Amino acid sequence: MTSRTLHQITQITLINLRSLPQRLGTSLVIVVGIAGVVGVLVSVLAMAEGFQHTLASTGRPGRVIMLRAGSDAELSSGVDRDQATLLAALPAVARGDGGRPLASAELVVMVDLPRKGESHPNNVPFRGVQTAAFAIRDELRLVEGRAFRRGVREVVVGRKAAQQFAGLEVGSRIAFRDSDWTVVGIFTTGGDVHESEIWADAEVAMSAFRRTGYQSVTATLADGSEAGLAALVTTIKRDPRLSINVLREPEYYAKQAGVLSRLITVLGYTVAAFMAVGATFGALNCMYSAIASRQVEIATLRAIGFGGAPVVVSVLIEALLLALLGGAVGGALAYVYCDGASLSTLNFNTFSQVAFDFRVTPALLARGLAWALLIGAAGGLLPAIRAARLPVTVALRV
Amino acid sequence: MRYLPLLWAGLFRRKTRTVLTLLSIVVAFLLFGMLQAVQTAFESGADAADAKRLLTTARYSIIEPLPMAHLKVIERVPGVVGVASADWFGAKYQNESNAFPVFAVDPARYLDMYPEFTIDPAQREAFAKTRTGAVAGQRLVDRYGWRVGQKLPLASEIHARTDGSLNWEFDLVGVIDAEDPAVRGNTDVVLINVAHFDEARQLGRGKTGWYVARIADSGQAKAISTEIDRLFANSPDETKTAPEKEFAVGFAKQIGDIGAVVTRILIAVFFTILILTGNTMAQSVRERIPELAILKTLGFSDARVTALVLAEAVLLLGLGAVLGMAAAAALLPAVNGSTGGRFPPLFVTDITWILAAALALLVALAVGLPPALRARRLRIVDALAGR
Repeated sequence: MTSRTLHQITQITLINLRSLPQRLGTSLVIVVGIAGVVGVLVSVLAMAEGFQHTLASTGRPGRVIMLRAGSDAELSSGVDRDQATLLAALPAVARGDGGRPLASAELVVMVDLPRKGESHPNNVPFRGVQTAAFAIRDELRLVEGRAFRRGVREVVVGRKAAQQFAGLEVGSRIAFRDSDWTVVGIFTTGGDVHESEIWADAEVAMSAFRRTGYQSVTATLADGSEAGLAALVTTIKRDPRLSINVLREPEYYAKQAGVLSRLITVLGYTVAAFMAVGATFGALNCMYSAIASRQVEIATLRAIGFGGAPVVVSVLIEALLLALLGGAVGGALAYVYCDGASLSTLNFNTFSQVAFDFRVTPALLARGLAWALLIGAAGGLLPAIRAARLPVTVALRV
Repeated sequence: MRYLPLLWAGLFRRKTRTVLTLLSIVVAFLLFGMLQAVQTAFESGADAADAKRLLTTARYSIIEPLPMAHLKVIERVPGVVGVASADWFGAKYQNESNAFPVFAVDPARYLDMYPEFTIDPAQREAFAKTRTGAVAGQRLVDRYGWRVGQKLPLASEIHARTDGSLNWEFDLVGVIDAEDPAVRGNTDVVLINVAHFDEARQLGRGKTGWYVARIADSGQAKAISTEIDRLFANSPDETKTAPEKEFAVGFAKQIGDIGAVVTRILIAVFFTILILTGNTMAQSVRERIPELAILKTLGFSDARVTALVLAEAVLLLGLGAVLGMAAAAALLPAVNGSTGGRFPPLFVTDITWILAAALALLVALAVGLPPALRARRLRIVDALAGR
């Protein structure tokens, strides 16, 4: 491209942009249309992103969850007391203070709690844990109150569960089954799945919910490498008393995200794609009327020696700039309204409630802007070509 | 009607502009139709629910089992016409967890609870007689290409057989379906005969997941529910009974406020359409000021000119709404074909059509009124002079 062409492009683009205020109404159509597409796309994907992030950030690679062979989720798993004892005693499991194994046999039951301000019951996971659970999950911090005492009907509640569901403040009492429990603390685990849960002493929970076995055993590996895991798996395989499936925690929790995050992502892209088509028609309209109103002006430029290419490029640039503005507005709206907003939903994989936050990440915003530019380009190209193609003599005869 | 050619000519005075605007409107209503269908699908459980059906589950958590002995007790409650038990099998098919729900049921009793399900009488008979029998919903049969008479291998994530294996095999003896599309989603299940299942499972024998009861008078639903729960109060297996609709609504609520999400997206869509169409209408009237002045000169009253401009907006929106909704109605069967049983069937209801019509009218008024009023205020001399 010669510097002459470049100069022409700059000149025409500047003229176009300076005349924008006179075409405020039509230009607004591009901006609003694209802002709508980007806003919806970014906010829906932020929901999928937040959900995925919550599950992906759960667990550490150095820890394993052990379920009954054939079960993919805790709810359908069952590990009896003897098996749990055997598993904790395996040499591949790390030892903590006083040589006690870093393994926690846990039971999970669903309890019904209404969301704040509602009355319909939701399946909130209630986890009975052994003492080692706190040493294993060292990401856990109590942010309010204290830990539950052993042998007493006391619970600590995840921060997100406390936000979403009614009656989970420190000091309040909750009634499940024929038992009353006191909330004694609120904990955080860095925003992962456990924050949607209620924790209690496993033994107490077992008797209150009349269970005879656990659902899973979570343990820290003595040796977190592949070899360490393989050693654990081999010992379990060799023991005829154990029919157990071992998974690294991140692997297990990533599986739980499957169905729901796919559903949200598909929904987001489908809706945004349709909206994008609509916005493209709007952009085409807007750019056609923009060049129609400047027909004489463009023809004059052509008559005094400006080339066709600079006209095409300048119209495109205008469309892209408007699109970019729309994309930025849409992204900003999504950020302001959605980022950090919490909600909870039923995870189909676990049949229990998961609370998570919308996450508007830079990558999502970039994707939104890319969509905006694409729509701008699609809407600007045809009008740009028409502007350049119109014979000067015809265009001037208005 | 005699003004239709005039309206048409006015609309398509600038073909490209009108066609593009129309297409945006079509897309907006297409989205409206589809998103409403998604919302309906989530709530269709509630619509398909029969007011004469009650569900009884364990009081504290729906995943706790109940003794099968409850059946005889519920059956004797006055007002109850029939009861069936059902248990969750926790199926894994072709290595996919919960690919579809599988319920272990007493064939005759369970099918009696759902008179809206259609099944060939001979197949129903076969299901009741075959201890290892199973029937599947039509949409599942289509999706997996099953044939009646074949073996159906299913793994359970919950129930081991007495030999410790989690792999089960059933005989597919029939297909269930439903006429009403709202009900069809409920047939996306595999029902297995509980007779063989209960005998062959290692744990949980004599227990079941929940009960379905039919009552004679839906007005008695509340009273009968209370009576059933009273019978088991203070026993180790307390129950919670509610009309099916309440369960369905509760389940939709668990997923979250789908309606709110859909509404927010649609607000974004229609706000855009408002700006877009509003701009087009304003532009079009601005360009035609001399023409409108001529109409007035010819004797058209102010009111008539206003009505003409307004009618143009209504025509444009109406056309777009009809095309968009028709496109949605035409597209949804294809969508259903590809999701086949993974997702409840999507369809456009009469209510969605009515809502679309109301929405079209509303948008038409919003975008048509300002230019229409401008046309009304037009003074012939000024307009013709180009002032």
